[in-house]
Amino acid sequence: MSDASEVTKAAVVTPLRVAIALCLIAPFVAMLWVGSYAKTDPVFIGIPFFYWYQMLWVLLSTALTMTAYQLWQRDQRGRKAAGGTDGGAAK
Amino acid sequence: MKDGVNGVALGVFVFFFLAVTAIGFWAARWRKAENEHSLDEWGLGGRSFGTWITWFLLGGDLYTAYTFVAVPAAVYAAGAAGFFAVPYTILVYPLIFTFLPRLWSVSHKHGYVTTSDFVRGRFGSKGLSLAVAVTGILATMPYIALQLVGIQAVLDVMGVGGGDGTNWFVKDLPLLIAFGVLAAYTYSSGLRAPALIAFVKDALIYIVIAVAIIYIPIKLGGFDDVFAKAGAAFTQTNPATGKPRGALVPAQAGQWTYATLALGSALALFMYPHSITATLSSKSRDVIRRNTTILPLYSLMLGLLALLGFMAIAAGVKVTNGQLAIPQLFENMFPDWFAGVAFAAIGIGALVPAAIMSIAAANLFTRNIYRDFIKPDATPKQEAQVSKLVSLLVKVGALVFVLTMDKTVAINFQLLGGIWILQTFPALVGGLFTRWFHRWALLAGWAVGMVYGTAAAYGVASPTQAHFGGSSKEIPGIGEIGYIGLTAFVLNVVVAVLLTFALKALKAPEGIDQTSPEDYTADAGDPDVEVELPPAVAPL
Repeated sequence: MSDASEVTKAAVVTPLRVAIALCLIAPFVAMLWVGSYAKTDPVFIGIPFFYWYQMLWVLLSTALTMTAYQLWQRDQRGRKAAGGTDGGAAK
Repeated sequence: MKDGVNGVALGVFVFFFLAVTAIGFWAARWRKAENEHSLDEWGLGGRSFGTWITWFLLGGDLYTAYTFVAVPAAVYAAGAAGFFAVPYTILVYPLIFTFLPRLWSVSHKHGYVTTSDFVRGRFGSKGLSLAVAVTGILATMPYIALQLVGIQAVLDVMGVGGGDGTNWFVKDLPLLIAFGVLAAYTYSSGLRAPALIAFVKDALIYIVIAVAIIYIPIKLGGFDDVFAKAGAAFTQTNPATGKPRGALVPAQAGQWTYATLALGSALALFMYPHSITATLSSKSRDVIRRNTTILPLYSLMLGLLALLGFMAIAAGVKVTNGQLAIPQLFENMFPDWFAGVAFAAIGIGALVPAAIMSIAAANLFTRNIYRDFIKPDATPKQEAQVSKLVSLLVKVGALVFVLTMDKTVAINFQLLGGIWILQTFPALVGGLFTRWFHRWALLAGWAVGMVYGTAAAYGVASPTQAHFGGSSKEIPGIGEIGYIGLTAFVLNVVVAVLLTFALKALKAPEGIDQTSPEDYTADAGDPDVEVELPPAVAPL
């Protein structure tokens, strides 16, 4: 899966990078498992579960991608600080 | 449909249309660079767009008029199955978070304008690059045609499309005018025009959606009533198939289709040349990642739009052509002047992507067919000139398509285009992460995917059509109904992997790789990465 490959490519699998990968993979698991949400109840303000649940996931996946972005920046800063002058290789 | 021309709505529509026309021409002078005659300048807006402009541009580009009309139309027609557009756009962003920044870096390092440029540089194969370019152009053409179909739907509902009695010229005149204006400002302003107009488009769309999602349910008695009426409508038997019209929740059998459509479409979206054009015009790698965190706002809007399909049923909108369901709902529910605003939103929503798509197709032709095969020593100025002309030709082609052929032909080709463009994924995304694949294996995989996808789609019948009746078919070996594009994609990857092993064993020539690993992480400010670079890269 292309999701995880950039994360693990630098040969170093850190807990931070695993967390990034999980944030990015979670929406795939949730959305492709259609059986988990193909139902009418509970209804929310008249909207069947099937619809409001997926709309909720728009917000959840946004939050997860934002988290991944923040973690990625932290990862890059950490690597830049540790790598010193050989910037290219540390990325 | 109300009889005659809806004067107030038409007046408001024309007002907004004139406003964006003025903006379109003025755009040529906006953020202008010195090197105005290069392809980078015209075709990528000088590669200088920041987070917000990129956000508007991508949103204006991906969420097209056709989306606004077709997604609720699909929900109106069949219920739950049409809602797959929401998980589809949810999955797009984590996906592009991982690979688009790499494409941005390598493209800015080497001056690539198109995906084919990258594929040629990475694999040293003009054949593979040509395959990617031709697929991109083929997939984009019907997409542009569908934008014009979107404008047509709005004009029809306003009563200016003409009845069956009027002659073809009067009937098509409004579309011809809209088209002429679009062509003129794209020609003069390039990517800057749609980037600016996208602001107007998005503002209008957000206003219309916000009003529609609050005002219409109140008028219809709340979401409870809307869904109760829609549910009742779906259980009625469709005389053509002898089955219920649709369902509020996908049945067991439909779940594979739902998931594969969502995944396949998500993988395909950023293979389209116009998505890449909008992405490469951003000024730094970070702009792209930041954008993946704010683009989902559009998905939320799309979900709300999809719900309009149910409201159209509850409001008793009855149309034979499903594409007219939403424009008709607006005309029935809104006061005339606001219906005009809504129609302007859809109409302008067609112009922005049509402009970007024609620019993207023109870039592909110029860089990967004209320069690689016809005139290798083309100067940047000549490239920009050819691109401008081709963008015009592409639009004229789309116009002829819409005016001479049945609408279903455009929709069929769009469906095929989605299947085709997905077949360029292994070469592009595979290439961004690894040089392991062999170029000939990728080409063979692409060919297998294209042939299977086309043949399978041809064999799908629907109650109204003998061929190209849908995009789903039984997946060989699994037995469930799934998206043809995804099945073709899996075949494509399998062939590419097996042949790569075989070709490596035979020591077939690998081709020269122009790129080096650190190119894929370079950012603005690094050595050799120019934000506004002239495309003076020597061809291989």
